[in-house]
Amino acid sequence: MEESTRVVESCKVDLVFETADSPVHALSKIDLDINKGDFVSLIGPSGCGKTSLIRVIADLEKPTGGEIKVNGFSPEEARLKRAYGYVFQSPALYSWRTVEGNLKLPLEIMGIEKAEQSKRAAEALKMVDLTGFEKKFPWQLSGGMQQRVSIARALTFYPDLLLMDEPFGALDEIVRDQLNEHFHKLWEQTQKTVVFVTHSIPEAAYLSTKIVIMSPRPGKIIDVIDSPLPKKRTLDMRETPEFLDLSHRIREGLRAGHSYD
Amino acid sequence: MNWLRTSSFVSISTVLAFTAVIWYAAAVYLNSAVLIDKYERHKVEWDFSKLVDDSWSMDRPIMPAPHQIIFDLNKSIFKQKISSKRSLIYHGWVTISSTMVGFAMGGILGILLAVGIVHVPTLNKSVLPWIIASQTIPILAIAPMIIVGLGAIGVTGLLPKAIISAYLCFFPIAIGMVKGLRSPDPIHLDLMKTYNASKSQNFWKLRWPASTPFLFASFKVSIAISLVGAIVGELPAGARAGLGARLLTGSYYGQTIQIWSALIVASVLAATLVFLMTLLEKGVQKRMGVRL
Ligand SMILES: Nc1ncnc2c1ncn2[C@@H]1O[C@H](COP(=O)(O)OP(=O)(O)OP(=O)(O)O)[C@@H](O)[C@H]1O
Ligand SMILES: [Mg+2]
Repeated sequence: MEESTRVVESCKVDLVFETADSPVHALSKIDLDINKGDFVSLIGPSGCGKTSLIRVIADLEKPTGGEIKVNGFSPEEARLKRAYGYVFQSPALYSWRTVEGNLKLPLEIMGIEKAEQSKRAAEALKMVDLTGFEKKFPWQLSGGMQQRVSIARALTFYPDLLLMDEPFGALDEIVRDQLNEHFHKLWEQTQKTVVFVTHSIPEAAYLSTKIVIMSPRPGKIIDVIDSPLPKKRTLDMRETPEFLDLSHRIREGLRAGHSYD
Repeated sequence: MNWLRTSSFVSISTVLAFTAVIWYAAAVYLNSAVLIDKYERHKVEWDFSKLVDDSWSMDRPIMPAPHQIIFDLNKSIFKQKISSKRSLIYHGWVTISSTMVGFAMGGILGILLAVGIVHVPTLNKSVLPWIIASQTIPILAIAPMIIVGLGAIGVTGLLPKAIISAYLCFFPIAIGMVKGLRSPDPIHLDLMKTYNASKSQNFWKLRWPASTPFLFASFKVSIAISLVGAIVGELPAGARAGLGARLLTGSYYGQTIQIWSALIVASVLAATLVFLMTLLEKGVQKRMGVRL
């Protein structure tokens, strides 16, 4: 019974990149379980393997050791079943497609019918507050707007699992707050499982049910904090003692990771 | 903006005027030896101004003066029936039609080769060297073989010439498209992978659109080369029509004015073809949202 709610299950996952000079140990002995409906944030200094870890989950990188299952299958099988939506660290929009065309890309590939494509594109655009920009080309949008389009693109095909690599990294504080709130609601309503990379402590504390703290060389998990906050969050909550306490614990964890250098 | 246009008008006309002056001077200089020789033989009185006059109005000059070429162009373009063997429009049409057929064949061949090379690793190793080797054989050596060889099995007229054009122009297209089809960002390929896109979806939705800038760059080069191929194809073995044939008969009979007219028509055609290709490119770019 418990097995069926496991979305990601990794056991001693290792990832070593063979490079020209010396091998890079990007991930070392990663043990991490993610359950259905979890919101997991990966936080840690640059180069600690956050991107590498979600790329392994997404089957964009093959682990060089250990074992990992996604929805009970190998990452490759899960990918072939289109089990997840991936938001890259950069927007990765197609310059020759309009905003609408970019949103329809996954739907075209998955063979969803035309009328439904338009409906879902409009819906996803509304979710990131960009209604009215359908006919614009990416270069006509600011960097933050482009990133929001790329988030919307991952939502169009209703994946149950979202892998997001610093999706809000390029946004200003206010838009970031708005999107955090928006995104929290979306997650709460849809019961999606989210793996979320961030460099922002308040963001991790506000959104997550589980915060995974990583440290570099080799990239490893040094702490996993289960959030004591209630499932439903509001932006005001960020002033409460529980929230500040959680932020403090994350900061301490990060500091401990850095002190290995 | 206005001053810029005026100044480019001024600079273009300056260059034209300068060229004309040099050309007229060169005509006198190059034709003078023949003329002086003739004067001496026929014991004609001559001075410099007669020499100048005569050297700009010879029947078969070594170097015709610009106005002679313009008169000849006028005569052979506007004063002839289009179907006449003396009409440069007729000859131009013969050349341009094999140029277009050759360009189409070369374009398709080049694109297919590029698609193969990008998708099949063994083709990358086995075909690419042959493609490059094919271009090291001078076209002047291979053109007569193609014309004569195909003529022997009864294929004459437009097709052999088009094949020569295709032989020349598939090369830049194949090389450009290999580069273009490989141009997508790794992150875009990863994105397609997360959607579990098929090979053909990857091609039509990513590689092909990403390669259009490369496609047009190589099209512009090869359409001009295709014209050269058609003209070269008209040189050997007595082709009777086309700009190449005009060049050849012109040089048989010392009709230098005719040669120059044909050359000018050929270069105007080449410039027009490249210009039309640029227009097409602009149209496609507009549809693809390129920032102009
Ligand atoms: N394709 C690759 N080849 C070789 N080394 C790589 C490759 N990808 C990542 N690495 C190395 O793996 C380590 C982890 O990289 P990763 O991109 O996962 O870090 P990150 O935590 O996402 O960093 P950031 O916060 O800067 O995005 C780094 O040392 C990096 O140099
Ligand atoms: Mg990263």
